[in-house]
This record gives sequence, C-alpha cells and structure tokens, in this order.
Amino acid sequence: MRSDRNARAPLALKIAAAAGLAFLHLPILLIFVYAFTTEDKSYQWPPPGFTIKWLGVTWNRPDVWEALWLSVRVAAIATLIAMVLGTLCAAAVSRWKFFGRETISLLVILPIALPGIITGIALRSAFNLADIPFSFWTIVLGHATFCIVVVYNNAVARFRRTSGSLIEASMDLGADGFQTFRYVILPNIGTALLAGGMLAFALSFDEVIVTTFTAGQQATLPIWMLEELVRPRQRPVTNVVAMVVVLVTFLPILAAYYLTRDGDQIAGHGK
Amino acid sequence: MQTAVLFSRVSRHFGSVRAVDDVDLDVAEGEFFAMLGPSGSGKTTCLRLIAGFEQPTAGHIEIFGQTAEGVPPYRRNVNTVFQDYALFPHLSVIDNVAYGLMIRGRGKRERLQEAEAALELVRLPGYGDRRPNQLSGGQRQRVALARALVNKPKVLLLDEPLGALDLKLREQMQEELKVLQRSLGITFIFVTHDQGEALSMADRVAVFNDGRIMQVGTPQDIYQRPRSRFVADFVGASNVLPPEFTGSGKWASLRPEAVRLVSSGGHRARVVSRNYLGGQTRLSLEAGGQRLNMLTASGETLPADGAEVLIDWQPSDLHLMEDSQ
Amino acid sequence: MSAPQAAILPGRGGAAGTVADVFWRNPKVLLALLLIPPLLWLGIIYLGSLFALLAQSFFSIDEFSGMVKYELTLKTYGELLNPANLDIIARTVLMAAAVTVAAAVVAFPVAYYAARYARGRWKALFYLGIMLPLWSSYLVKVYAWKLILAKEGILNWIFEKLHLTWLLEAYLSAPLIGGNSLSVSYTGTFLVFLYVWLPFMILPVQAALERVPGNLVEASADLGATPAQTFRTVLLPLAMPGVVAGSIFTFSLTLGDYIIPQIVGSSRLFIGQAVYAHQGTAGNIPLAAAFTVVPVVIMGFYLWGAKRLGAFNAL
Repeated sequence: MRSDRNARAPLALKIAAAAGLAFLHLPILLIFVYAFTTEDKSYQWPPPGFTIKWLGVTWNRPDVWEALWLSVRVAAIATLIAMVLGTLCAAAVSRWKFFGRETISLLVILPIALPGIITGIALRSAFNLADIPFSFWTIVLGHATFCIVVVYNNAVARFRRTSGSLIEASMDLGADGFQTFRYVILPNIGTALLAGGMLAFALSFDEVIVTTFTAGQQATLPIWMLEELVRPRQRPVTNVVAMVVVLVTFLPILAAYYLTRDGDQIAGHGK
Repeated sequence: MQTAVLFSRVSRHFGSVRAVDDVDLDVAEGEFFAMLGPSGSGKTTCLRLIAGFEQPTAGHIEIFGQTAEGVPPYRRNVNTVFQDYALFPHLSVIDNVAYGLMIRGRGKRERLQEAEAALELVRLPGYGDRRPNQLSGGQRQRVALARALVNKPKVLLLDEPLGALDLKLREQMQEELKVLQRSLGITFIFVTHDQGEALSMADRVAVFNDGRIMQVGTPQDIYQRPRSRFVADFVGASNVLPPEFTGSGKWASLRPEAVRLVSSGGHRARVVSRNYLGGQTRLSLEAGGQRLNMLTASGETLPADGAEVLIDWQPSDLHLMEDSQ
Repeated sequence: MSAPQAAILPGRGGAAGTVADVFWRNPKVLLALLLIPPLLWLGIIYLGSLFALLAQSFFSIDEFSGMVKYELTLKTYGELLNPANLDIIARTVLMAAAVTVAAAVVAFPVAYYAARYARGRWKALFYLGIMLPLWSSYLVKVYAWKLILAKEGILNWIFEKLHLTWLLEAYLSAPLIGGNSLSVSYTGTFLVFLYVWLPFMILPVQAALERVPGNLVEASADLGATPAQTFRTVLLPLAMPGVVAGSIFTFSLTLGDYIIPQIVGSSRLFIGQAVYAHQGTAGNIPLAAAFTVVPVVIMGFYLWGAKRLGAFNAL
C-alpha cells in the first residue's frame, strides 16, 4: 500500500521512524566500541582508551574455541535434520488437501510459538523420565525441533509460489515423479531451502534457553556467554565474543534475504 | 484413417459432481478437433483425461488403438500446450524446448539442434538463450508450442491456447496454428470457450454442456444446423424462436444475418434499439411478442428507433431443431 | 534416431521407475511417506514431552522427602494461589502488558513509514534494518543493555552531561519502577524486554499496513477526509490485526522469559525464573510444570479473546 505519489512523509513521522530504527541498532553498535576499550574491570563510559589486544586474548582462550566449535556442530546437524523434516512437511502441506492439514501447520509452529522455557523443561523432564543422559545429541534433538518451522515456512512460501502446472508440464514431457523432482521442483525451491537452512543455522547458533535445559556439561557459545554475564571473568573478552557473534550471524541473514528476495518475505519471524 | 482418440462412455466424477458424464468421442488421425463449451462444461476435463492428468471413473479411453486409462502422462506420446504456458522459469528457452528430449535421454548436441529447429518452426529463431520471463505472452506461447512439438507427439493438446492474447495476435496465431497443423499432419485437439475461434480453426467441433457432448460436426454443421437450443445459443448469436412463433411445433434457430428488411410481405416488427458494430449494425426488433436480432450492413439507411418495419427470411434459413433443450 | 511411433510408451523400468509409477497411481502413499517422518519426530519428541510435563503438574512433591509423589492431585495448582506465587504471576503479567503497549507505540511509526513511504532502496534498507536485529543474538542484545544501563555506563554518562542526574535519581527513588540503579530496577527490565521484542511487533504491523490497498486511502480523501481522519478511521482499524498479532508475540515472549529478568532486574522473580528455580536444585518439577501452564493458559485466553474481537479476520 503506497500513499499518494506526491505525498512526503510528515516530519514527525520521519523522526519517529528513524528514532525507532536507531533504538534497534545503536545498542549493538555500542558493543563494537566496548570490544576495543582498555578498561577491563567495569563497563565504563566513555572508554578510557582503545586497544586491539583483547582480540588476541580472546583468540587464545581455549574455552571460547570449544564453545564455538560445539555451537557450530550442533547448528550444522540440527539444520540438516530440520531441512529434511521441514521440506517433507512443507511439500505435503502445500500440495495436498487432507484431513488435519491445519493441525499439522499448528504443530510445526508450536515449538517456536510456546515460550522456550516450556520446550526446555518439557524436554528435560522427558529425557529424565526416559533415563537418557544429557549430551551433544540431546542438544541437537531440542534444536532440530524448533528449527523445523523456519525451514518449513520458507519452503511452504516457495512451494505456494511455484505453479502446479510446472509439475504437470514436466510429466507431460515424459518425466516421472523422481525426474520431475530433480529437474523441476528442486531447482525451483532450492534457494528457499538454502535460505531456510541459513536462518535455521543462525537460530540454533544463538539459542540459549532450550539449550540450558538439554545440555549436560557441554557449553555452547551462548551458554558460555550466559555464564560470563552472570559471573564475568574478563569483560572485554565477552565483548569481543559478542561482536564476533553479531558479525557471524549477520552473514547468513543477509544471504537468506538475497536468496528469497523476489516476491516473498523471509518467513519465520516467530522466534 | 485411424482413430486418434477414442472415448467410450467415459465419465469423470468428483464426488457428486459429474464433470464428464458418459461421453463418447472419436477424433480422427490428422484432424484439427475443437472442444467448445462454457466454463465447467467438461471440455478441459476431457482434455486432461487424454493427457493423463485425470483418470476416468468409468469408461474406456484409447489413443491410437492402445488403452490409455491407468497409463501415467509421462508414458503417453501426447503433449500439451498449457493455458498458462507452464514454461520452466529456471531454464533458458532452448533448455525448455529440449526438456522432453533430455528426459528421453537424447544427446546434448542432438537435442539442442532439434530444439533450435522447433523454435524456427514457431518463428522464434535464435531466441534460445533468453529466459521465459524476458518474453512477451505471444512469444511464450510459441515456446510452449515448440516444446510440445519437438517430441513429435501423436496427439497435440492445446488448453485455451489463445485466451491471454489480444485480438490481433489471436487472429494471427489462429492462422499460424492452422497452417502448422496442416503441414505437420499431427492430430490437434484444442479446448476453447470462444466459438469464433472454434469455427475458424477446426475441422470438426464438439460442443460441450454440463459434462456431456451436445453435438459434434463440422463448423458449418454446428452453425447452420444446430440440433438444440443450447448449441444454437452458444454458437453464434442466434435467434431462438419458440414453437408458437414458427407454427411448426418445434423450436427453431434463425441467424441474424439471414433476416432482411423488406418493403412488402414478411412480418411486422418494431425497432427497439440499434448497435453499431463497425462493418455491420445489429438491430434489435420486436415481432409478434418475440425479440429478434438482425444484422445489416452499416452503409444502408437504417430505420430509427421505434420505427415499424417489415422483415423476412428464406424458409430454409429457419432451422427447426430436434432437441428442445 | 526416429521418433517413437507408439502412442503408449514403456516406462523407465527399474526400481526408480516402478516406485514412481506406484506414487503416481497412489498419491496417498506418497503423502503418507512425506508426512510420517516429521510427524513421528514432532509427535514423539515434542508432543510427548509436553504431555509428560502437563502430567507432572498433576502430581505433587512430598514436603518431607522432597520426592515426587506419583498420584494425581490438584494440590500443586493450589500452591499457585499462594500470595508469593500470585505475586510472581501478577508481576509477570503486568510487565508483559506494559511491554506490549510500549512496543505497539514505538513500532507503529517505524512500520507505518516502512509500509507507506519507503520505496526501492529504502524499502530494502528498512527491511534489513528490522530483520537483522530480529535475528541477531538474543544474549548479545541483553548484554548490550547491561552495558548501557550500568552505573558507569553510557546512559548515566548522558544524564551527567545534560546535568539531569537529579532527574534520574528522583526517578530511581520512585517506588516500584525505581531501584538502586537502572540495571536492577523494573524499568531496566522493561527497557530490555521492549528492545528485544520490538522487531516482533514491527513486522506484523508493517505487513498489515502493506495489505491496505492504496486506493482506499485515495477513496477516503476523495470523500472529503483529512489525512488525520483517514489515519484514524481507515488505516488504524486496518492495522489493528497486525498490532494484535505483534502483541501475541510480545506478550507471550515476556511471559515465558527467565534470562532477561535475571540479568537486568531486581531479585524478585518472574514466572520464567520461578520455573527455572523450582525445577533446578529444588527438584520440584510438579510446581515448575504448574507454573509453565500459567502462560499457556493466559495466552489461550488472549488468543480466544482476540479471535472473538475479530482480530484474525483480516489475516
């Protein structure tokens, strides 16, 4: 919906919108500044001096690397599982009408719609009851569950945009189901799947609430950061890690945006 | 001459909806066959039954003598030009056209050559490297045609092929399709709701209504000798006259162009309105309590609105219809 | 190679060909195969755990042994009605409401501008400008505010520079919303919640406003309405479903959060923290489970009320 072509936005509106956007972005930018401060005992503003030494210190902290590596592994596997399950479900829901279709859509969204603490504690007590020890795999189980919806949303949006007659045309020209999937369906939904996968990766990489409940002794990067927030050791190191996390998750989001740009929105804004 | 497509008491029901109801059809090899009817009349469903996208609930379908029901579309040597063209957006034009050949396992150089030849056939030489979204509607339609024809199908199906084109383009394509079909000798079956299109292109026309075929015949047959009110109404703007008016106990159809203004004899009528159509003018008349339309060349002096006139026609132009529906 | 002469061709054969034919003949088989893996996963892992949790809320904990007694009772729910627990629930609900209202107010201009006035490059910029904070790390965002609200941090520094420290101290000495410093007050918690959930409010409102056909605004002007009247009578009501959708996010997310109040806030508990505390060392899973049911029930009523008011009609 566009207003009249010649209308310019009222000044008050422009200021309010700009202020809103600034409110969203300034705090994160602040962290970048704090990553280079020389002060390491408090959050003093303005920073007394600037240095890049904390980058080196962080680089040499083994616990940071361990946490980072665990986060990457968890995110990678959870994303893979989510991509398979999410795509299967999206294909079924967008192509056929069947009994219980709406219920399934609701079911897929539930892990993300309900507060993380509910998912977390439910999984934890279920694992306890079933006597499953907390490990890498329990973390992955939790993550994959709420990552499904991110891939699902992107896949469904793209399936809906893909004309059904393409599949008929392919079959008309001699291709059976598998060939049609390989030569027509996959190329058309590929970028949407990729975008969904990237968002799922970012989501898993960042997740902390469900993870605290499903992890054993392991610490993913967000758990590491939570520890630092509650019991700070070297504040500037936390700042550097925070800055790196922002930069690292910036890229998949941007990529996902470019992959799904023409037409539909990046679905999945229900964290 | 072999029968290209045979329907024997074919029905397709969707629950209680009878999309196709006990239809018999016989399309001869090398024919340009039209399936004409309003929306929901079953003509598109019949087309899809031939292509293999639908399966009959009852009855028997044969394509060139071989049983077709139960056979998936990818095993039928039949190709379709879709209403929305259904070009693959992720492939270039040449790859679109060569798709069927690629699936059948033809070598790359061979299939690109044949695809290029097909593009020349539809008068789009050298368009191979473009993408579908860079083409106009008319161009996309030609690509869809080429993509279907390159596989040398036994039957070519066209689903409302000219609907999205503007008038000039449509008339041009009608010409081209007819010439193409003659030169290739392939059986064409096309679906349309535009009776003018059916009459001008087809060798034979089947008129559909409500899941059934009302009449099959040459365009002249259908137009001059409609067997039912529906056909008379649907094909051309006919005057449909009740038995009381004709005095024959049967309904009759009278084409507007068969009615003339006369100076003596004939029937009395009053001019209700006039519509200027360019080359002709349509006069809406009221005669004996019955509404009648007539067409006359625009150049003549025309009676004013409300004038009393005399009209007449050749007895043979008043076609009595057997069916009263 | 000559073109195939037969009207019906043989299939591809082989395993793939046969399976493809089966799928074509019985699409329901394909549908089942597509649905079974995800449904098994979600059904067993997710729904299963949820029901287990719900079941736990109907058990109780034995005060003396600290063990869970596996017999059905409503005693645990009864404990929720203790004044202390009711406090927790009320505190959380009030905070959620405050955050929701504030988010709606702050989000509206941004969404309005993005939907109505942003074109081309600016539109993409706005979109990214909302998406990036939405998807960037939750913890980093909370951490950023810890930095901002710290006594030695930038917010206090700004107040000092503007010679408004007295204003800040007066504010902090106010009951309920004040505290020793911003970072241990409800105001601090409120600010962080607002910051973190803001994108969740902007997006649905923007989507709702974008769905308003441009010619409605023109029609309104054509019929004599001033821009302000058009806003009040046409755009605002049509944007309401978006606001409601956004409010569902902000309300629900606040109800269940336990990290933000822990890091920026007073020591008084919110629902999320209560759940965390009870299931932790105390091992009182039934009470923790009962607490988790509260936000679900509240959101259930909220959604039902919103539906009754027709908020979902436009969606």
